Amino acid sequence: MSAVGIYFYNIFHSLYTVVVGMKITINHLFTRSSTVQYPTVKMNIPERARNRLYVNIDDCIGCDQCSMACPVDCITIDTIKSTPDVDLGLTSKNTKKRLYVPRFDIDIAKCCYCGLCVWPCPTDCIVMTDVYEFSEFDRKNLIYSFSNMTVEEITTAEERLKKYDEEQAAKKAAIAAAAAEKAAAPMIPLPPKPESPAS
Amino acid sequence: MEFIQTLLANELVVSILLSLLPLVFIIVYALVVLYTEMKVAAHIQDRVAYMRTGWHGLLQPIADMLKLLQKEDIIPDKADKLLFRLAPIIAFVGTYAAYAVLPFSSIYIGSNINLGAFFLVAVGSLVVVGILMAGWASNNKWSLFGGVRSAAQMISYEIPTAIAIIIVVMITGSLNLQDVTKFQDGGIGNWVVFGGPLPWSQKLMLMPFTIITFFILFVSSVAEVNRTPFDLPEAESELVQGFNTEYSGMRFAMFYLSEYANLFTVSAVGVALFLGGWSSPFGTFMSGPVWGIFWFVAKAYIFVLIQIWVRWTLPRLRVDQLMYVSWKVLIPWLFVCLLSVGLILVL
Repeated sequence: MSAVGIYFYNIFHSLYTVVVGMKITINHLFTRSSTVQYPTVKMNIPERARNRLYVNIDDCIGCDQCSMACPVDCITIDTIKSTPDVDLGLTSKNTKKRLYVPRFDIDIAKCCYCGLCVWPCPTDCIVMTDVYEFSEFDRKNLIYSFSNMTVEEITTAEERLKKYDEEQAAKKAAIAAAAAEKAAAPMIPLPPKPESPAS
Repeated sequence: MEFIQTLLANELVVSILLSLLPLVFIIVYALVVLYTEMKVAAHIQDRVAYMRTGWHGLLQPIADMLKLLQKEDIIPDKADKLLFRLAPIIAFVGTYAAYAVLPFSSIYIGSNINLGAFFLVAVGSLVVVGILMAGWASNNKWSLFGGVRSAAQMISYEIPTAIAIIIVVMITGSLNLQDVTKFQDGGIGNWVVFGGPLPWSQKLMLMPFTIITFFILFVSSVAEVNRTPFDLPEAESELVQGFNTEYSGMRFAMFYLSEYANLFTVSAVGVALFLGGWSSPFGTFMSGPVWGIFWFVAKAYIFVLIQIWVRWTLPRLRVDQLMYVSWKVLIPWLFVCLLSVGLILVL
């Protein structure tokens, strides 16, 4: 095509594309908009959405697996051993619970919603729910405490554990003392060996 | 105009009042066009704009204006203080001066000078000065680029505007915008875009040329006011950079207001010259001094809507494409139209 031809072609082609574009836009002007007016209308989120964490503290055996799996270290767990004379009950999977859990804090502001804490839990007590509207005005309110032991219960458990430990230590000491006594007592001389028949 | 003069019997006060009337119009109109642009832009993009300030966002333009009014006035340390302060004022003065010659109605025109159309092109250059000052005084490389490109763009698009105006003047015989509008009075057939009130044989020959001229006038005056798709000077990052970068608060509001006032000016000039200004398209039905204002504003508003529509359709032109369009496309076609219209009128 000659230069003049290209010139005219450019002009008419660009005019045509402008008109086509404007036709598309005017069609969009009269289509229904797809905005969801959020606080009054909420969109449906999937069934298995990974949002805020929830811990069923009655099932927690205090194994610390979720806390170790967390990549941002947002779970803090403290445990107290229970003594054999106390029955803490069974978990939902019918295993015996052996640890008190006086402290189970999740700093939900740090949580990155990866779900890595959910898989290692032996009793499936930590789950991700579909709650996503939990903003707070004060950052301290974002540290969620799931443990439900009162201060008296915690001190009782600690004291019981201390007492049990002392008892065990005393028992061990008694056995050790008895063994030491036995080792230190004078030995009863053995009767002389019988002569050999040759004498 | 005369009856207000007899009412107050003091020429100075009357002149001041009448010259402030377009300012009132600009402020009211700016709120309306802000709302329109925001809603039309949103619906073109399949979304809704503000729904919470007032019913469906009706109070949003007022909120915008209040926000701009109470912003901190920051002047960069090394900026040229005098030019920095002067630039938005000059840009707005240039825009506002064009309202003096717009024929809003058969009884009201700010200043009935015999050089109306020429005056329009002249004060358009004042806006160029304002923008260049803004770009230079900001002491900012990108503002300078924006300002210089804007100056180049506006100067090169004034030529097609002026030639298109000359074509209309050839047909109507006067530069006075009020006379041009009166010339087209009497119904849609008399509009210049359809050839003017001339015998049918001449009209048929003139029509293709006047339609092309109207289209080119519209395009070149949109380009002169830095409106998409020609808004390279102010939109190198969508209004943050360009000559506007260092302006905040009230000074930015002046630039912003002058941009929206320019939208109306451009449409109004096109309407006054080609589409019969304040005259009703039905001849005598719905015509009269007050109806004149309605027709003028309605016709101009339709073209404002078209400008908003084009803004959200087309991408921006590169700076070399801008220059190409002006010098190699608009001006040659306008010269052809000029010669043809002259020939047809002479024969």
